[in-house]
Amino acid sequence: MPIREKDGLKEWQRREPAKQYAIWAGWMLGGMLFVWCWALISENTIWEFLYDADEQAASLIGRMIPPDWSITGSLMMPLWDTINIATVGTALGILIAFPLAFLAARNTTPHASLRAVALAIIVSSRSINALIWAMLLVTIVGPGIFAGMLAIALRSIGFVGKLLYEAIEEIHPTPVEAITATGASGPQVLAYSVWPQILPAFAGISVYRWDINIREATTLGLVGAGGIGLQMNAAINNLAWAQVATVFVLIFATVVLSEWVSAKVRHAVL
Amino acid sequence: MLTLSGVSKRYQTSELALSDIDLTIPAGQVIALIGPSGAGKSTLIRCVNRLIEPTDGKVQLDSEDITRVRGARLRQARRQIGMIFQNYALVERLSVMENVLSGRLAYVGFWRSYFRRFPKSDIQQAFHLLRRVGLETMFDKRGDALSGGQKQRVGIARALMQNPKLLLVDEPTASLDPKTSRQIMRLICDLCREQQLAAIINIHDVVLAQQFVDRVVGLRAGRIVFDGSPQDLSPAILTSIYGEEDWEVPADNEDDDERSPPEDRVRTLTVDAHP
Repeated sequence: MPIREKDGLKEWQRREPAKQYAIWAGWMLGGMLFVWCWALISENTIWEFLYDADEQAASLIGRMIPPDWSITGSLMMPLWDTINIATVGTALGILIAFPLAFLAARNTTPHASLRAVALAIIVSSRSINALIWAMLLVTIVGPGIFAGMLAIALRSIGFVGKLLYEAIEEIHPTPVEAITATGASGPQVLAYSVWPQILPAFAGISVYRWDINIREATTLGLVGAGGIGLQMNAAINNLAWAQVATVFVLIFATVVLSEWVSAKVRHAVL
Repeated sequence: MLTLSGVSKRYQTSELALSDIDLTIPAGQVIALIGPSGAGKSTLIRCVNRLIEPTDGKVQLDSEDITRVRGARLRQARRQIGMIFQNYALVERLSVMENVLSGRLAYVGFWRSYFRRFPKSDIQQAFHLLRRVGLETMFDKRGDALSGGQKQRVGIARALMQNPKLLLVDEPTASLDPKTSRQIMRLICDLCREQQLAAIINIHDVVLAQQFVDRVVGLRAGRIVFDGSPQDLSPAILTSIYGEEDWEVPADNEDDDERSPPEDRVRTLTVDAHP
């Protein structure tokens, strides 16, 4: 008992002593595991490489500065492709994720077996990285923007679907009850009581995923799925670090822009 | 008009929440359903419009057994039954007008309702009801911008938009202050009399119920233990509904600023309504 009688006074503790000791033991074990992992990593690292890491970094940055602005013009088209891959891919992903989320949410699913199917699709989409989807798709549909869009879409289904079905499960049940009580049909109940409640979450999730996808799309070129990653890969292979720096700056500017757009959208919907 | 016969409800493996309820409500009668928390009041009214499926028994609305119907027939039965909730149950992100118009959903198709293209007569009715509940200038406000009393008025307008024959009212005043509670109760009861609506009102506040309703039904542990006129509620009967308590002692001197002639006022029975 957390309450003990001592000299006629009641003493209260947060937990039973045994439970408290168990928690301390748990922390102890966690700490030991951390130290052990640290030692393991250290043994497998060649620390000699790190002695001149600062010089290497300084030299690399030195070669990147100043960026080679002359290639900016030729990067505009791949950059536009990247933004398109991200945007169209996100839209396609949302289009598929939206109905899946309603099937996967416990309170809107028509049947438990459909829920299981929807959850399986969502999980498998989430378990594979966009870059790996792109590698697979390049061999299936050939290299280029189309493979990139599909890769982004397939990865986004799981992300948007999961967050959206969680939002659906968290809605207030009473408005749903009230709209049902008016005699409204199933689709009307969704449109009038569920949809208004998840709209802010839906907008937030969508622009957040688009934001992530802009960044992911910049790497898809590495496996031939279109976009600015191809140019970056070529520049790295030629050790043209000044050109790599230009690509970095352009990606950075694009990401900042997408952050700004996301913030605006979220603000507008709330 | 509404007849419940042998209605029972058992939630998975637990005790009977309702057992063998027989209740007949003629058109236009307003009844109060009183009883302690957990007596089955909410379950009972939800069994009428089948937000909860009764385990057993029949619910007849104008001689149609609505415990058997499904799909479109069920929705048609539901639209004749308006419902008002304790927590208002407005869709807070929609405007007052949209909330009121949602009472017409069972009368229009999906796409018309989705694009908010309700018939002109519905819009006229919505404005008329908003004026009646005293919110005609608020139609464009969002649900979450309203006070508790205003939200409940919108809830009342939404229920009446259905042109119901029967109102189910679940603790309409439990979240409201005493003055607003009386105004809301008066509004509901006046509207029922104007439109010849029957109503079942779940309510904790016995004194408030006595002032406004035609008939009181007392529920205890899923059974009807009292059915009679509000004047017949004696301390002995209240004890049989709620359990032992000194019902004669006035709890406080609540100053009733509303107009109700003192000689007419019912004995001050005070019930520990909000444990």
